[in-house]
Amino acid sequence: MSLLKHVWRAPLSAQFGLLMILLYVLVAVFAPVLAPFGETQVVGGGFEPWGGQFLLGTDNLGRDMFSRLVYGARNTLGIAFLTTVLAFLLGGSCGLIAAIKGGWVDQGLSRVVDILMAIPQLIFALLILSVVGTTATSLVLVIALLDATRVFRLSRAVAMNVVVQDFVEAARLRGEGLCWLVTREVLPNAAAPLIAEFGLRFCFVFLFISALSFLGLGIQPPTADWGSMVRDNAVLITFGDISPLLPALAVALITVSVNFVVDWMLHKSSGLKEC
Amino acid sequence: MRSIFKLLGQRLALGLLSLFAVSVIIFLAVGMLPGDIAQAMLGQSATPETVAAYRAQLGLDLPPLSRFGHWIWQLLHGDLGVSLANQRPIAELVGSRLGNTFSLALLAALVSVPLALCLGMLAALYRNSWFDRLLNTSALSAVSFPEFFVAYILILVFAVKLNWFPSISNLAPDASLGTILERSVLPVATLSLVVIAQMMRMTRASLINLLASPYIEMARLKGISQSRIIFRHALPNALAPIVNVVALNLAYLVVGVVVVEVVFVYPGLGQLLVDSVAKRDIPVVQACSLIFAATYILLNTSADVLSIASNPRLMHPKG
Repeated sequence: MSLLKHVWRAPLSAQFGLLMILLYVLVAVFAPVLAPFGETQVVGGGFEPWGGQFLLGTDNLGRDMFSRLVYGARNTLGIAFLTTVLAFLLGGSCGLIAAIKGGWVDQGLSRVVDILMAIPQLIFALLILSVVGTTATSLVLVIALLDATRVFRLSRAVAMNVVVQDFVEAARLRGEGLCWLVTREVLPNAAAPLIAEFGLRFCFVFLFISALSFLGLGIQPPTADWGSMVRDNAVLITFGDISPLLPALAVALITVSVNFVVDWMLHKSSGLKEC
Repeated sequence: MRSIFKLLGQRLALGLLSLFAVSVIIFLAVGMLPGDIAQAMLGQSATPETVAAYRAQLGLDLPPLSRFGHWIWQLLHGDLGVSLANQRPIAELVGSRLGNTFSLALLAALVSVPLALCLGMLAALYRNSWFDRLLNTSALSAVSFPEFFVAYILILVFAVKLNWFPSISNLAPDASLGTILERSVLPVATLSLVVIAQMMRMTRASLINLLASPYIEMARLKGISQSRIIFRHALPNALAPIVNVVALNLAYLVVGVVVVEVVFVYPGLGQLLVDSVAKRDIPVVQACSLIFAATYILLNTSADVLSIASNPRLMHPKG
């Protein structure tokens, strides 16, 4: 069955999710074309109302809200995606190597991960960020490291089931190196759960970065970012204006969409029923 | 019974070990600071002699191991150190806030645990019905919402449009219980909504797993009434996963409190932590992280212990 046919037969929630993800990616890629104003350009007075020249009004410093929303897609999604990829490269490769090598490599890595996971993520991130300072680079590295522990657990567990199979043993006896074992024998058989995990991790990372930015400790101004946009304009809510909720809604919508799609994929791969 | 005590002992030891490891990590984090605390406290204009004298006063010239010992010793005696920002003892700063944070988390737990368990059980019993689907989809959405989004929607609806509750939950130290409760409604609602969704999903999943097992099928074939199947056959076995779910979510609650406190300007530990991170007031960050991490580990360990203790199979080992 082709990919399109799969999508056509997917439940409504998953189709909605796929559509939204596509939309977000398009907005992120074509941000400079879609946005009427620049990302950090001050174009009017602070807190101007909706309509007219400014589609969604202006923010606290007089920057166009709509343009910043569009650029926010690029910054927030981009950073979250980069972080997730890093977490998977680190956690995934360590997990696979731990499963293949076994012995003290496995023991050592697992204990380190146990200890890192014993600290609540947000607290650990705050602790590290207070020491190294809140820059985008340290943010990406810290969150990637923290999420790598979760990826490690999963990829190790999945790979453990694969490495005991005969074809891996055969490859070992053939004298294949670690690189071959990881990329040619184990990875293809561990791909499905890892892809679903990638979606879930992305949601977590995305919410995490938004929360940190909302707390003023994530992506730093003047970069347009959804979390800090909510924080900067939150005062408007007490006047019944919903524009500060728009970036929060943007965050919620993409996480819901990814969750819907992942839910559908997990359902499909578990083979429970076709629906 | 021997094996169960051994298992419990192992879990407790593991909890203590991670607590120790966490305190080492938190201690080391300060060591990674560019420059050191003495320099940071005295500012740029301090002469090298004053810095050296101050280092000696703080005990920073001692080797790391004895400094760590000293730090732990002071912690165990309730001395959390002094804040860099305003030179006040941290225990004083933390004191009342700690109570506020825990009461917020406790209230949220009291609201969310019974509600989530009931909803989860109902969803499991009537699985694949429209009720279950509705609950499941809304739970999935609620899990994906950032906490500040839920919080601001509640503020917009209940504080601004309906004007039922205040949008800001700052508490005076001498506030009456009524005021405290009224001001805690929206923060508690926010926390509960997020946690209920997760707890409900996990309860439903563990119950559905259980209801599919052969002995339940057997009980049904014997013609036992539905309620007896649930209370006599299913529930004792479901207790372990459910207890686990509850404890894990309480651990989440204690941490999730941070964002909610900031939104509602609630005078809790989370807000102190966030403020201190922004000010890079390391000793306060250290103290707050340690308290949060210790609570988290405590709850996680008790989740393990309770799920072992409530597992009927482990209570009656064969042979």
